[in-house]
Amino acid sequence: MKVININSSYNSDFVKQVEEESGQKLNLCYQCGKCTAGCPYTDEYDISVSQIMRLAQAGQKEKVLQANSLWLCATCESCTARCPNEIDVARIMDVLRHMARREGHGGTGRVKTFWDSFLSSVKSNGRVFEVGLLVNYISHTGRFWTDIGLGPKVLPKGKIHFKPTEMQGKKEVAKIFMRFKEESAK
Amino acid sequence: MKIGVFVCHCGSNIEATVDTAAVAAAAREFPGVVFATDTMYTCSEPGQDEIVEAIKEHNLGGVVVASCTPRMHEQTFRRTVERAGLNKYLFEMANIREHVSWIGKDREANTNKSVDLVRMATEKLMRNRALHPKKFTINKRVLVIGGGVAGIQAALDCADGGLEVVLVEKTTTIGGKMAKLDKTFPTVDCSSCILGPRMVDVAQHPNITLYAYAEIEEINGYVGNFEIKVKKKATYVDWKNCTGCGICMDKCPSKKARDTFNEEIGFTKAINIPFPQAIPKKAKIDPEFCTMLKKGKCGVCAKVCPSGCIDYEMKDEFVTEKVGAIVTATGFDLFDWTVYGEYGGGRYPDVITSLQYERMLSASGPTGGHIKRPSDGKEPKNVVFIQCVGSRDKSVGRPYCTGFCCMYTAKQAILTKDHLPLSQSYVFYMDIRATGKLYDEFTRRAMEEYDTNYIRGRVSMIYPKGDKLLVRGADTLMGTQVEVDADLVVLAVGAEASAGASGLAEKLRISYDSYGFYMEGHPKLKPVETNTAGVYLAGACQGPKDIPSSVAQGSAAASKVLGLFSKDQLESDPQVSMVDIKRCIGCGKCIQTCPFGAIKEIDFRGMAKADVIETICQGCGICTSTCPQGAIQLQHATDNQILSEVNALCQF
Repeated sequence: MKVININSSYNSDFVKQVEEESGQKLNLCYQCGKCTAGCPYTDEYDISVSQIMRLAQAGQKEKVLQANSLWLCATCESCTARCPNEIDVARIMDVLRHMARREGHGGTGRVKTFWDSFLSSVKSNGRVFEVGLLVNYISHTGRFWTDIGLGPKVLPKGKIHFKPTEMQGKKEVAKIFMRFKEESAK
Repeated sequence: MKIGVFVCHCGSNIEATVDTAAVAAAAREFPGVVFATDTMYTCSEPGQDEIVEAIKEHNLGGVVVASCTPRMHEQTFRRTVERAGLNKYLFEMANIREHVSWIGKDREANTNKSVDLVRMATEKLMRNRALHPKKFTINKRVLVIGGGVAGIQAALDCADGGLEVVLVEKTTTIGGKMAKLDKTFPTVDCSSCILGPRMVDVAQHPNITLYAYAEIEEINGYVGNFEIKVKKKATYVDWKNCTGCGICMDKCPSKKARDTFNEEIGFTKAINIPFPQAIPKKAKIDPEFCTMLKKGKCGVCAKVCPSGCIDYEMKDEFVTEKVGAIVTATGFDLFDWTVYGEYGGGRYPDVITSLQYERMLSASGPTGGHIKRPSDGKEPKNVVFIQCVGSRDKSVGRPYCTGFCCMYTAKQAILTKDHLPLSQSYVFYMDIRATGKLYDEFTRRAMEEYDTNYIRGRVSMIYPKGDKLLVRGADTLMGTQVEVDADLVVLAVGAEASAGASGLAEKLRISYDSYGFYMEGHPKLKPVETNTAGVYLAGACQGPKDIPSSVAQGSAAASKVLGLFSKDQLESDPQVSMVDIKRCIGCGKCIQTCPFGAIKEIDFRGMAKADVIETICQGCGICTSTCPQGAIQLQHATDNQILSEVNALCQF
């Protein structure tokens, strides 16, 4: 295991940025582990949420932003709801995801492709169109057989439509994406 | 008046950001000042000697010391000037440390501000008069409120010291929380075996009057002469004749009364004696569950009582006691853990509190000392303890550490193995706080000798799985989520201020913190005093405390009372209000506003006038700002004195 030099590896700008963007104070965390205890995805995570908090506190920017856990988080907010120090942990996870994207770390290749496919589906349909998302994701990754077994289970339940359903406010959603593009270009 | 000014360096505390020599030089120019100097430590012995010599050499009539807050050293310097033959009120203090040097770095601005403060002090000093305290006799009896281990200790120490003690206890028996415990850490000795004899001592001590099942209704008076109104709540049993035989309890048909002594693990009878060693061992009827009191039918207890003590018509009774000092030992309550939905919020019968578990472990408890699951009465195999329930948790408004849960959890884990050798205990903890004598060795023993499995992390949920409870938590040292199949879950609930603490504080005129714990006079140097003279604190009412600390504080409070009563007379503070009888128009507004009842109306040549009872007046000054005539003046803070300070400050 690598020895970490606590002072030279501490990235104070990173800590400051996480605190500013999330509005949370990282030093409020006393590592009780209640977030990890309640997180439904802990068994899938490479780094548990309480350890993400500790790494962020310690200013370990690279390690945090490269964590796969960021992209598996479902934003269920169990961590936020149960934190005894009232830290909005889910908000910090969200901020870390944005930072990771900006730094070009969007998770591993397939995770990034999935998030991109998801967002492009929302952008053009106003909400997610599952079949379109699936086609987009498969065409970029070539993973045709991976989830095919789910088809026979899902189809008879009427959960999957072959055409995007019309919804109100589709244009407004598209405007959000426009505004994001304009603001981030500034 | 010839005035001497002494400007203190306080080492570098003041000198670092205030030019004290310049302040002294400026002071020499003030009217009345004949001597001014700066000194390294004015409070030191040479510093004080310098003041005494200057008073004699320059024939000074008053002294100003510019140094720290008067809370720190006003008494010191008053004694110094008294030593040189001056009245101690011919002294003023300018606070140039807390109010100047510690709060600003600009040396020039700080120096100027210090000069202003010294000028104000000299102007006030010129208008000071010699004041003389009055002596008054004191009533050498003491009231102890609360009959837990701290109150018992304070009462016994005072009584052994020869004082008459009045002990008032809210419930029907003394003993408090300690009486509910099975064993005590770190020695694992039987709680009732060590407390029981003390309780008996209280009952038999000729100097102690015990009012059990009583509460404080009203407190009047002041240090040395308090008058207490005690409410003796109706027990519906004549305690003078009740022998505590328990026949009434055996025969009572109402079996579903709340058993608060046993933390409601089971039920008790509507007429009951809480436990065999109760002091006093007397029966009481719970009117909420007594069919006779509710519906007028039954009367079984009255029929079976061999001494005929049952009195369904009994009413609350009031008695008045006169005492000179009060020790408050009202203890703590347990945090209401049902706010935690993740622990079941009270839905699962096999999730219990540590104090309920303690009653289960106790041989005199509702299960006869057998550990049984409340749901099915089976012996548990896996027992999970969760620490910090209502402690160190901002989200439920309890950020403080209760301090003794780590220890009692270790004790309960050890006792669990003693009772059920095949069981396995698990403890979810955050940090182990075991700082007392032999405490850390004790928690280590729980792990090393009793194989208690300590897991470093909090628990996020408990849910039923078959007839077990699945406890899901984190092991932060492994960095993973963990699960334990539990048969019984024990929550180490934290302590909070007892329910009636704030109401009693208002009667006692003492302050309490934002959690309801009583404030000590000084966090380090006055741990048992309050800011109200003659009122002392003992035990967990001041903050969560374990048994040894509560006992120590009980003894400390007793020693304070014995010290206070070592004199036959006390001196009253002469900084009280005085009425100028020529100006007083007898409107009575001051009488209405006085929070201490210290002003009375008198007849002066046929006219109504106000008059201050000097020993009761606390010098708060409310009357002086109420009086439309300026006829009532607070000595040592008169309107003229305050205005002279304002004028000194606002001269430009």
